[in-house]
Amino acid sequence: MRSKQVARYALLTALAMVLSWLEAVVPVSAAVPGVKLGLANLVVIFALYTVGVKAAAALSLARVLLVSLTFGNAYAFAYSLAGASLSLGVMALLKSWGRFSPVGVSVAGGVFHNVGQILVAMAVLETGLLAAYLPVLVVSGTGAGVAVGVAGAVLIDRVRILP
Amino acid sequence: MKKWKYDVLLTGSALLAALVLWLIVGPGEKGSWAVVTVAGKEVARYPLAEEVTVRLGERDYNILTIAGGRASVAEANCGDLTCVKTGEISREGETIICLPHKLVVEIAGGEGGEFDAVSG
Repeated sequence: MRSKQVARYALLTALAMVLSWLEAVVPVSAAVPGVKLGLANLVVIFALYTVGVKAAAALSLARVLLVSLTFGNAYAFAYSLAGASLSLGVMALLKSWGRFSPVGVSVAGGVFHNVGQILVAMAVLETGLLAAYLPVLVVSGTGAGVAVGVAGAVLIDRVRILP
Repeated sequence: MKKWKYDVLLTGSALLAALVLWLIVGPGEKGSWAVVTVAGKEVARYPLAEEVTVRLGERDYNILTIAGGRASVAEANCGDLTCVKTGEISREGETIICLPHKLVVEIAGGEGGEFDAVSG
C-alpha cells in the first residue's frame, strides 16, 4: 500500500474517532442505552461509496477497536462491534442492490447499528426485556441515518479523497 | 423525486416498524413490582407500593430505591453508571439496566412471583 493511501486511510480513521468521541460527549439520552447520533457512520458511508467495502470495513473495525480501547470497556467493544458489523453488512448489501441512494443506505445502516447493539446486549444479559428499547432505537437510527445520509451524499459527490 | 422513491419507502417502513414494535413491546401501564434479574435469572422482586432501599450484589453492587411507586438505582460501582442515569421507572415493561453487572430491574404488574421479597 502506498504511503499516500496509508495517510488517507489514517485520516478517515481519525475522523471517525473524533466523530465517535463527539457524539459521546453530547448526551442524547441517558435513559436509553445506545441512543447515539451515529456520526461516525458518516465516514464509513463515505468510504463505502468512494473507496469500497473492504476499505469501509477496515475503517469501521479500526474505529471500533480504537474507540473501545480509549474510552470504553470490553462490553462497549462487543456492542460497538456488533452494531458496526451488522450495519456495514446491511449497507454493503443495499448499496450493491443499486436502488437506494446513500440516504437510504445510511438509514438502514443507522437502524441496524442500533439493532445490532441491542441484540448483543440481550445476549449478554440473557434477557428479552431490552426489546422494549427497540422502538426508540429504530426511530433514532432512522433520524441519524437521514442526517448522515444527506451529509454523506453531498460529501461523496464533492470530495475526492483518493485519485 | 423518482430516484428517492426507494429511500422514502425504506425510511417509511423503518418508522412503521418502530411503531409496530412500540405497540408490541413498548412500555405499558403503571406496574406493581420491581423485578430484579441477574444474568437472566430472577433474584428478587419488590412491591412498588412499599418504600425500600436495598443493596443488590456484594463486590459489584447497585443500590435499588423504591419510593413513591417508582424504582431507581441510586448508586452503583459499575463504572459507566448508565443505570443511575436512567432515573425512575414505574410502568410495566420499563427497565433499568446495568450491563457490567448483568443486572436488570424491570417493572411488572399483577400478582407476585414465588417470593414477596428476597435478598441475596
